[in-house]
Amino acid sequence: MPDILLDVQGLETTFKTPDGVVQAVNGVSFDLKEGETLGVVGESGCGKSVTMLSVLRLIQSPPGKIAAGKAFFFGQDLLQMSNEEIRHVRGAQISMIFQDPMTSLNPVLTIGKQLEEPLMLHLGMTKKQAEDRSTELLSMVGIPNARDRLKDYPHQYSGGMRQRVMIAMALSCSPQILIADEPTTALDVTIQAQITDLVKRLRNELGMAIIWITHDLGVVAGIAQRVMVMYGGYIIEESDVNDLYANPSHPYTLGLLGSLPRVDETERHRLYSIEGAPPVLYSRPNVCPFAPRCKWAMEHCWNENPPLEPVASRHNIACWVDVKTGRPR
Amino acid sequence: MSNNTADIILKVEDLKMHFPIYRGVFQRQVGAVRAVDGVSFNVMRGETLGLVGESGCGKSTAGRAILQLYKPTAGEVNFEGVDLIKLRREDLRKMRRKIQMIFQDPYASLNPRMTVEQIVGEPLIVHSAATGKEVQDRVEHLLEIVGLNPAFATRYPHEFSGGQRQRIGVARALALQPSFIICDEPISALDVSIQAQVVNLLEQLQEDFNLTYLFIAHDLSMVRHISRRVAVMYLGIFVELTSRDELYLNPLHPYTQALLSAVPIPDPVVDARRKRTILEGDVPSPVNPPSGCRFRTRCPIAVPLCAESRPEFREVKPGHFVACHLVK
Repeated sequence: MPDILLDVQGLETTFKTPDGVVQAVNGVSFDLKEGETLGVVGESGCGKSVTMLSVLRLIQSPPGKIAAGKAFFFGQDLLQMSNEEIRHVRGAQISMIFQDPMTSLNPVLTIGKQLEEPLMLHLGMTKKQAEDRSTELLSMVGIPNARDRLKDYPHQYSGGMRQRVMIAMALSCSPQILIADEPTTALDVTIQAQITDLVKRLRNELGMAIIWITHDLGVVAGIAQRVMVMYGGYIIEESDVNDLYANPSHPYTLGLLGSLPRVDETERHRLYSIEGAPPVLYSRPNVCPFAPRCKWAMEHCWNENPPLEPVASRHNIACWVDVKTGRPR
Repeated sequence: MSNNTADIILKVEDLKMHFPIYRGVFQRQVGAVRAVDGVSFNVMRGETLGLVGESGCGKSTAGRAILQLYKPTAGEVNFEGVDLIKLRREDLRKMRRKIQMIFQDPYASLNPRMTVEQIVGEPLIVHSAATGKEVQDRVEHLLEIVGLNPAFATRYPHEFSGGQRQRIGVARALALQPSFIICDEPISALDVSIQAQVVNLLEQLQEDFNLTYLFIAHDLSMVRHISRRVAVMYLGIFVELTSRDELYLNPLHPYTQALLSAVPIPDPVVDARRKRTILEGDVPSPVNPPSGCRFRTRCPIAVPLCAESRPEFREVKPGHFVACHLVK
């Protein structure tokens, strides 16, 4: 049994806005094992990014606030660490890549400079060592003429190459965990395929654990071993990847899968569509947050928010209904 | 499908759209972005023609050049037998009643200072299609058609979600009862669960009003779902055009094959079994496209001939067009 690397318990994050306090993450618990790839799926505003940003304490405060929870990483609670301590974890042991590589890179510094900085900062390398290692990293992520390209600025790189640079940067200190926040969303599909392929290769070579945040159930199917689906700041379904797609059990997951056309679809049919729009929660609901959009919703759903409970081995859902029968579970 | 010429609603011939690049003190033209570089195709009445390609391939520019939002550099755009490029301003304006557009970004394409009623009613007023109370009635009816509560007519765009805004955009496009709608990435800014709502709406409207769509998108799964025929664009040209099933089951152009194999399938078992072709590198610049076949720099099967001459976009099977030297 592989060791648990990251153990998050009861995480709650809120944001103060002019319209009220938004409950972005509502008591999320999960763990990540060594070498595992966890997919986190949900639509915009479901709390998938905020959850991971909270774990790394990258939430701007105010308006954001981590209201409760624990996040153990090698026995230490990341949420209780001093700023100095968490800085050493970020980048060195847990690193993150973001959706838009252009805004994550500094446009006035060369790629080389930006790659070398964390190496000198976290690993205490000399300038020369950092340069050699940067060259190595760029070649590792598949950028030709790496040494020459260190002198270039971000705008001289294409979108796909910038994302490669971000990956190189994130891996520069050999982290145990890589958090990838929609890393391929801004990219074209052929470039997306290049990047997911690269990450899979690096995962096998370096053996790190990955948290892959995305709205795309297709991408997750190809890369994750475990998947959790989020809605309204809650995990509403969590399972091994094959079981999730073979037996989706939460009405929301079912709806999401049904609303996706497939490139290998052979017969034409109308797409299943979930009516309404994802919620913004100003208070912790005491009903199921999905009930207003759920076609299976029954009385109980409007009285009590369902907890995350097992329906099969390593497969949990937060729902009162058995979607196969349409009756209470 | 192509044997009945009477059914052709739009005929595009060798359409080119080049954007000049000026440099230096005297602003001399030093080159051009060849965004669309000679495309020819027909759209049949009542069908949906999907137009797919990656960013920068010219698909949106092609859509805009058809609608004369840009003045095309060369070519012909015959809509119901009239060449739009040759039309005078006033005649073109009248023609636009029949061709409408739905835009990608439902946030940027609606004026934030206008109410929904003003937005949807504007085309009616501009084209003198209705006046006074009639406008109000028509707007209410249009909102009902697209699944919005007519009572919301006095609200502003910011009061709506992305999916609802896109419905407002659809209502505006429908106001003048067009026969042809260019949908430029109408769902790519929307969440997954909302995308299906809008696509289903578009399909329903097509049935109800016998609309013809040119559906521009980068999402191949969605294009496959909605289209009857699909055209694949690469660096300003069409590389393949055929019926949806033929394209997906029997793609002939190496670019189409790679593109299809790169699309993730939301099923881990199927996905793991697939053979994938991963293209190397990026799309070259349209300012200085490769000689001969434009795809040759990334093509896994390119031969010397591909650098020498541009492959003709030819019909290799009935209704199946492809631009590749190596396809027999």
